[in-house]
Amino acid sequence: MGIKEKILTKSLYVFHLSSGSCNNCDIEIIDCLTPRYDIERFGIVLVGSIKHADVLLCTGSVNRLTVPRIKVLYEQMPKPGFVVAFGSCGASRGLFKDSYNTGKPLDEIIPVDMYIPGCPPRPEAIMAGLLKLIDKLNSKGK
Amino acid sequence: MSHNAHVPIGPYHPLQEEPEFYKLVVDGEKVVDVDVRIGYNHRGIEKLSESKSYDQSIFLVERICGICSSSHPIACCQALEDIGGVEVPERALYIRSICQELERLHSHMLWLGLAGHFIGYNTVFMWAWKYREPICDIMETVTGNRQNYAMHKVGGVRRDIEREHVSYILKRLDEFIKNISILKGAVLDDPVLHERLKGIGILTKEDAIDYAAIGPVARASGVDIDVRRDHPYGVYDRIKWNVVTQEEGDVFAKTVVRILELFESVGIIRQCLDKMPEGPIDSNPKDIPPGEGIGQIEAPRGECFHYIKSDGTNSPVRHKVRAPTYMNFPTFRETVIGETISDATIILAAIDPCYCCTERMLIVDGSDKNIMGAEELIRLSQEKTRLIKDKYGER
Repeated sequence: MGIKEKILTKSLYVFHLSSGSCNNCDIEIIDCLTPRYDIERFGIVLVGSIKHADVLLCTGSVNRLTVPRIKVLYEQMPKPGFVVAFGSCGASRGLFKDSYNTGKPLDEIIPVDMYIPGCPPRPEAIMAGLLKLIDKLNSKGK
Repeated sequence: MSHNAHVPIGPYHPLQEEPEFYKLVVDGEKVVDVDVRIGYNHRGIEKLSESKSYDQSIFLVERICGICSSSHPIACCQALEDIGGVEVPERALYIRSICQELERLHSHMLWLGLAGHFIGYNTVFMWAWKYREPICDIMETVTGNRQNYAMHKVGGVRRDIEREHVSYILKRLDEFIKNISILKGAVLDDPVLHERLKGIGILTKEDAIDYAAIGPVARASGVDIDVRRDHPYGVYDRIKWNVVTQEEGDVFAKTVVRILELFESVGIIRQCLDKMPEGPIDSNPKDIPPGEGIGQIEAPRGECFHYIKSDGTNSPVRHKVRAPTYMNFPTFRETVIGETISDATIILAAIDPCYCCTERMLIVDGSDKNIMGAEELIRLSQEKTRLIKDKYGER
């Protein structure tokens, strides 16, 4: 694709969105930033605003209250932007798919580029996943 | 003339990992009132549990909260064992207590890191999370998982602690205690932190009792309360440990309580590993008879309570969960009023809120007619008009 994706691969800015998760995935994401795993060495940084982000990292089974907010956040994300469904709940709603308050699966609300499965994914899996996203962007750039 | 402005925080805000909406009403720099709107994390776990079998519902309650994913299953198991009168083998009780204390270590370290991050001490954040990793390693050795341990079942535990693992666990705990001693000195002797945290967000002892605060929040206000001592479960009545309390009730006291509890927990794990008898780890109960049971446990944030009603089938008729933050949360309003906006963050963080634990739903039964919907109000209004019409009609 274009030069935009090629530049993105040097430093992915990630926005973390918890759409009704159990906290486990969120802990492991923060764990990636801390000294043992230190995901910042790949240029990946967690940012506080969706308007600065290239990647929307979405954890948890989406519930009815958060569906409209996810749509708004996706619209506000500068393009090209990528969506990662994080954890079993993000990928398939997991254990909560029969609940009365659980909405549609994430990939029916917004387009999802990548899935990182696991309950919760280990920090190594998170890094492998995001690096695969970078590889995907690199192959597009050629 | 005073002018009240509103400061919205959330629902998606860099301050907090979980979605939650706060509205601070401020007069200048001072917080006058606070409003909260929840429901972004509600997943209907209590209702979902009624459609699962007992074995499955333990996996379900494990996912109520990622940090307390040992406390909720143990409380649920205790409630089921209470119904069935199930005896749990001695060794399983010791292993449960070890899991509980490991969880407390990792939860308090996590809190310490985030609290450091909120007041601008990113070094404390990095240190605390770095020193938390050995605890995750021990958890992986004991249960097989870093998070969501899948360790507990009705009548015992799933995995045993092998003899060769004990020395490894003790070695990692020694490293851990050395590290947190440095951290304790760095946090508690820092004059900046004293200035920043002392006298902020004071919860008096009377308020703590009135709001029925529990866990470290209550203990920091001088309320000597701990489920492990008051209603002993597991093996806590067989080992020596102390309940840590402080008198001040400010944010600093809450920090001190949590840091000192780390040392108590390490002591409990060491004694458990030392005293653990040989034997079976599971009593394999066959079925759950009809009846009601409760399970209460001291989670890292306070008392966690499970109530289960069984009708003799394979799944619960009613499953009620009361998580600790539910009781501690209202104290935030009490403590934040009168403080500045810049302190609101750390005061909120000091109660260690966990929203995914808290978001249970309660339906208020309107059968006593105290609650009126729009239809009833309109009907009442029309009835009054009709009565007046009738009165004039008679004349």
